[in-house]
Amino acid sequence: APLTDTVPPQVVPGADPLARQLCFAWGPAEVLVCETLFGRAGGFRSRCLSHSPCASRFRGKGRAGAAARSLTGSVAATADGGPSSSRVFVVRRDQDIYIQTLRKLFNESHGIFMGLQRSEEELAGKSRKAQLVQVSKNYRSVIRACMEDMHQAAVSTQDPALQGQYSTQVSILSAMELIWNLCEILFVEAATAGPLLLRLLDWVRLHVCDVDSMVREVLSSESPSKHKLFWNVVDVFVLQGRMDEARHLLSKEATANPTSMNMYRILDDLMKKMPVPSLCNTQTLTELELKWQHWHEECQRYLQDGTFASNPHMESICKILLGDEDAILEKKELMTTWYHFLVTRLLYSHPTVKPVELRFYAQSSMDLFLSGESSPEPLDMILMAAFEFEMHQVIKECSIVLSNWWFVAHLTDLLDHCKLLQSHNLYFGSNMREFLLLEYASGLFSHHSLWQLGVDYFDYCPEYGRVYLELHIERIPLSTEQKALKVLRICEQRQMHEQVRSICKIMAMKALRNNRLGSALSWSIRAKDAAFATLISDRFLKDYCERGCFSDLDLIDNLGPSMLLSDRLTFLGKYREFHRLYGEKRFPEAARLLLTLMTAHIAPSSFWMTLLTDALPLLEQKEVIFSAEQTYELMRCLEDLTAGNPDKQKFQDDDVETTKVEMLRLALARNLARVIVKEGTVEGS
Amino acid sequence: AMEDVSAKFVSQKISRTRWRPLPAAALQPPDLFATGSWDNEDNRISIWSAGDFENAGLNGEYHGEPHLLCDIQHNGDVMDMQFLDQERIVVASSTGTVTIFRHHQNNQTLSDDHRWEKAHYHVDQDTSCGGAACTGVVCNNPEIVTVGEDGRINLFRADQKDAVRTIDNADSSTLHAVTFLRTTEILTVNSIGQLKIWDLRQQRNEPSQIFSLAGDRVPLHCVDRHPNQQHIVATGGQDGMLSIWDIRQGTMPVSLLNAHEAEMWEVHFHPSDPDHLFTCSEDGSLWHWDTSTNVSDKPSFLHQGGRSTAYLSHSTINQSVVSAWLSSDPTKDRMEITNLIPNQTLSVNSLDVLGPCLVYGTDAEAIYVNRQLFA
Repeated sequence: APLTDTVPPQVVPGADPLARQLCFAWGPAEVLVCETLFGRAGGFRSRCLSHSPCASRFRGKGRAGAAARSLTGSVAATADGGPSSSRVFVVRRDQDIYIQTLRKLFNESHGIFMGLQRSEEELAGKSRKAQLVQVSKNYRSVIRACMEDMHQAAVSTQDPALQGQYSTQVSILSAMELIWNLCEILFVEAATAGPLLLRLLDWVRLHVCDVDSMVREVLSSESPSKHKLFWNVVDVFVLQGRMDEARHLLSKEATANPTSMNMYRILDDLMKKMPVPSLCNTQTLTELELKWQHWHEECQRYLQDGTFASNPHMESICKILLGDEDAILEKKELMTTWYHFLVTRLLYSHPTVKPVELRFYAQSSMDLFLSGESSPEPLDMILMAAFEFEMHQVIKECSIVLSNWWFVAHLTDLLDHCKLLQSHNLYFGSNMREFLLLEYASGLFSHHSLWQLGVDYFDYCPEYGRVYLELHIERIPLSTEQKALKVLRICEQRQMHEQVRSICKIMAMKALRNNRLGSALSWSIRAKDAAFATLISDRFLKDYCERGCFSDLDLIDNLGPSMLLSDRLTFLGKYREFHRLYGEKRFPEAARLLLTLMTAHIAPSSFWMTLLTDALPLLEQKEVIFSAEQTYELMRCLEDLTAGNPDKQKFQDDDVETTKVEMLRLALARNLARVIVKEGTVEGS
Repeated sequence: AMEDVSAKFVSQKISRTRWRPLPAAALQPPDLFATGSWDNEDNRISIWSAGDFENAGLNGEYHGEPHLLCDIQHNGDVMDMQFLDQERIVVASSTGTVTIFRHHQNNQTLSDDHRWEKAHYHVDQDTSCGGAACTGVVCNNPEIVTVGEDGRINLFRADQKDAVRTIDNADSSTLHAVTFLRTTEILTVNSIGQLKIWDLRQQRNEPSQIFSLAGDRVPLHCVDRHPNQQHIVATGGQDGMLSIWDIRQGTMPVSLLNAHEAEMWEVHFHPSDPDHLFTCSEDGSLWHWDTSTNVSDKPSFLHQGGRSTAYLSHSTINQSVVSAWLSSDPTKDRMEITNLIPNQTLSVNSLDVLGPCLVYGTDAEAIYVNRQLFA
């Protein structure tokens, strides 16, 4: 069976299951192995927290071991320094998720998954079932395509280690498709007696390909009937119910042996007449059973009267047609698996088998086939569980055996859409479908590139999807603005306000560190983050005070409505407007704006001195600009500033400041004098 | 039609797809294209053969998928990419480096031809980690212009080691894209909704003209110029809106067309049939805008072909009826818009059109080639 050699025992260096009980959690990329506080005989609660946030937290360290090709383990963190401290091992099976070909599986199936979630649930009975079967087939064709690519990769690589790895993947994928196909027949399509057998035959023909090369060899030989494996191939066809192909081969042998012509003719006739269930409802099961009974008796007659006695090959075929278990079991080598034996047995003994009866035939077929020589392997147990219609057992076994969550997550979701899993709730809250999807999506998020796919899976987990997404999305490294925009879009579409703010803040901080004030401001405008806009505005103002000119005029002049985001930003915009008015020599407007900035308390008090200093050249103009009232207000602003400042010492000690204040007072007084004269003159005239 | 589209899953997120330019007077459709990837641990530049046209079927349809000819590792995300000529591709990296790769067609290999390390940088070019993402590149052989998150504009010549011209702090916000307006003038778009014209002959480090969106300063992500009528410029924004600008007049767009539901990543006029325009977006759609349909002679409902087709009438301020893109005649003022990807879910990051062929790439790690765009 393909699964036997795929999961070789691996040792995680440093983890000792003898000393402590270990617990583990895994995703497509990593397995976390944790030491627990449980002793060997049990104990207190586990120290292992939920796997997913840990996975990304420790990702950096886990990478250290990534260079090694096989399973690598590394001690990621020590929970606390105490003597009972536990360790968490991050174990990466690199080859699994980092195999390029598997990314096709993840990406292509994502599209199918999304289609299924959006599909019309209202579609009634048959058409809904047809739709679900189609979805199932689409998933399988993706697995097959991926398997073919993997096979190509295995064939074309020169590296034997890599080749082994690819071949392992091929067998895992092949097992996945085998299981999925059986689940499709039994659960999704829920084939009924009659069609059920036809589907199982197709299933066996598709998956038992060990004999294909032998068939090809014989058929392509010059004279097939002379080939030493001729009868083997005829048997293969008969065992798989491929009657037309078997008869075609037999006819070649018949022409070569004119003496036994009659014998061939009779066998050919029996094979031709064998009644088979039909997919359409042209005959009832009772009709089929009657015909079959009649045909069976005819075969019995020919066997008993020794028609085929002279040819052991043909006699054995006739016995197979009669469903003789010993005769069929003699061809064990040609069937290779117990489930092929099961289907052959059903074909020749119970063609109208009902789904509920499958479990008995399956169990006895396995027992007969293995006959105590070998014990069933994981794959056998999974298929057996499927034949027993134990869906949860199938999913559970697959979860344990397969090395990633892809298979169980998608299969469970499909079965859930078939309304087959509704009653099953897990003790920790969400249902099994959601649990598996969460695990799968968390694994995608731990991958450097595949995180985008994970988002959509979380969206369809009604219970915990949102929380998981919130936890994971914050851990996506924002390497470029473009990537940040993509992450931001995901958060905005889902109204994740806190994450939106946090992303914008991170980007704004980065921009600030790089002295890109313009970019920083546009990030905080996007998040509507007033506090940060204030911080950046202060940086602009500080730069202005130091350099005496504005940087980033293209931005400040174009703030538009976003100016209203924070008071400081408003001030920045208005202050810049003052400079523009001044530059355009529109002095009265400039003066009015300057004064408003202080009297309406738009300007921070720390900036008043600068504003008052800016008033100086206006006070010194030939023409009087500030009215008497405005001058009084300016004076009050100046006095408020010098008197109201708790740090009075500063003004007294600092010579420059003192001189500035003195100059201002003088200028204000002179302006007042000029304006009184002017206003008096105007009023007087 | 959709049946003519071939897809290939390539196991890397695709950020750019570009057709190799055809030699002058070539009759055959394009056959080779390049892709660049992003957000992978190991990013790559790849050259693909679009398919074997010799073996096309009887009605000219072709069902083969693109196949890889060669690839080479690229340091950092591929942010933008442009063919310089038939053999050389200029690639902009998230590390700030600009690289010219050469495609050797005789032995199907790629090599690193020339590199400007950290052409875009923050604070200090010489520190180890100061690179700033180079977001856009445009070529007019031998000239190469690049823009970046650092607000810098670089002018390089393919044959010169150092930059011919650098405008530091050309923009206080991030420059998202650049294109040539004329041989000496370029257009840039930035993250505060501005479209700027720069005259590279002038030594002044200031744009010669600034256009901007009214109201909220929605960031602009892409820009393209009409191939024949240079005054017509199309840009795409963060809100998915398509803006058409007439740079001869006004400072605001002539028309704003509601388009995608998320960032428009690329906009391209069809190079030889500029009545057609193509846009792609973060929302996973790719739109074909067709103004060639004269509504009066072809009743629209007759050629919808089952695709999601919509008609928009757009209001324009411009009065001169020169181009369908600027048209204000209400009877002709309609365009046919078709979404070429109905069920896509992840972002379409890039597209390129040449002749009857379209190539696009997605975050779902697939590339798509449509060889019969106008069938």
